[in-house]
Amino acid sequence: MTEQSAILQPGTPAPDFTLPVTPDQSVSLSDFRGHPLIIAFYPNDWSPVCGDQMALYNEILPEFHRHRAQILGVSVDSAWCHGAFAAQRKLHFPLLADFEPKGAVAMRYGVYRAHEGTADRALFVVDNEGIIRWSYLSPIGINPGADGILEALEGLDAVTVHQSSSGATS
Amino acid sequence: MTAPQQGTLRPPVSDSDHVFGNATAPITLVEYGDFQCPHCARAHLVLPIVQKQLGERLRFVFRNFPLTEAHPDALHAAEAAESVATHAGVSAYWKMHDTLFEHAQEAEDALDDAHLVRYAERAGAAPDDVARDLEGDVHEARVKADFMSGVRSGVNGTPTFFIDGRRFEGDWTDPASFVAALEAAEG
Repeated sequence: MTEQSAILQPGTPAPDFTLPVTPDQSVSLSDFRGHPLIIAFYPNDWSPVCGDQMALYNEILPEFHRHRAQILGVSVDSAWCHGAFAAQRKLHFPLLADFEPKGAVAMRYGVYRAHEGTADRALFVVDNEGIIRWSYLSPIGINPGADGILEALEGLDAVTVHQSSSGATS
Repeated sequence: MTAPQQGTLRPPVSDSDHVFGNATAPITLVEYGDFQCPHCARAHLVLPIVQKQLGERLRFVFRNFPLTEAHPDALHAAEAAESVATHAGVSAYWKMHDTLFEHAQEAEDALDDAHLVRYAERAGAAPDDVARDLEGDVHEARVKADFMSGVRSGVNGTPTFFIDGRRFEGDWTDPASFVAALEAAEG
């Protein structure tokens, strides 16, 4: 059995990546510099429950945007699969295909399940500078919800306000 | 400062909630649900069994968590239930609540505005009051406040249950194990 690397911790620079978001378009982590970014790794598209994790984030998008944050979903499914899934569930945020080489980005973030060949259910909040400020590994069967994400974003807002109000003296 | 544990009910149950059963019961079960969600309709069949077994020891609270992208009529259904509560009181609210779950899965249009107004009338509210409230989105703010409280509490889909303020991760589809979890919370 190979040793699983651990989930990346707060304070770590988020490893850069470029992944397909549609069959002919890609996005990179660096595209999101200057904004908080939520990266939500999840095992697979087409989970059999309604109100699943991605549907939940879809409903909460306005709240994420209030914090100027963007959200990316990442799984090992292909861009075509993501396209069908996003259309059927009416998702309004990008799903990235960590498809080839399979799970490479999930591995770099320490959230790949080698046995199943899927990403873990794991959340990262990355700040304006590309530093991981919060990470959370959820038990695979448990949808982590969004309370942790919102608290992390509020933490970032507080830091930003503090820096801009004390910037001249510090 | 330590962040509150994930999956903690916020805010706690208060007078503004819809409470069913003994108000001073030792066990509190909160459901975040969506009237158009088939899983919630299923839970609605399990809950009476649980309530019967626990009797006076249980109070049940329902908060709205409409997933509007997946369920286009869920928001108005929740607003209609709130409207009935406002105009006709708490027992009418629970009648409306039951009617919504009983009929939601019958047909595509089972929760359209025309049906909602009819159910509301059957529950004891004046249909014009409810139609006007729906038209003016009078109760949308209340429903959205419920929704955001769910998000802050770690609701992760519907239905999500909280037993004495902690998110329940177990199996609610089996009445026996659901009752056991509720009794364990009683201590």
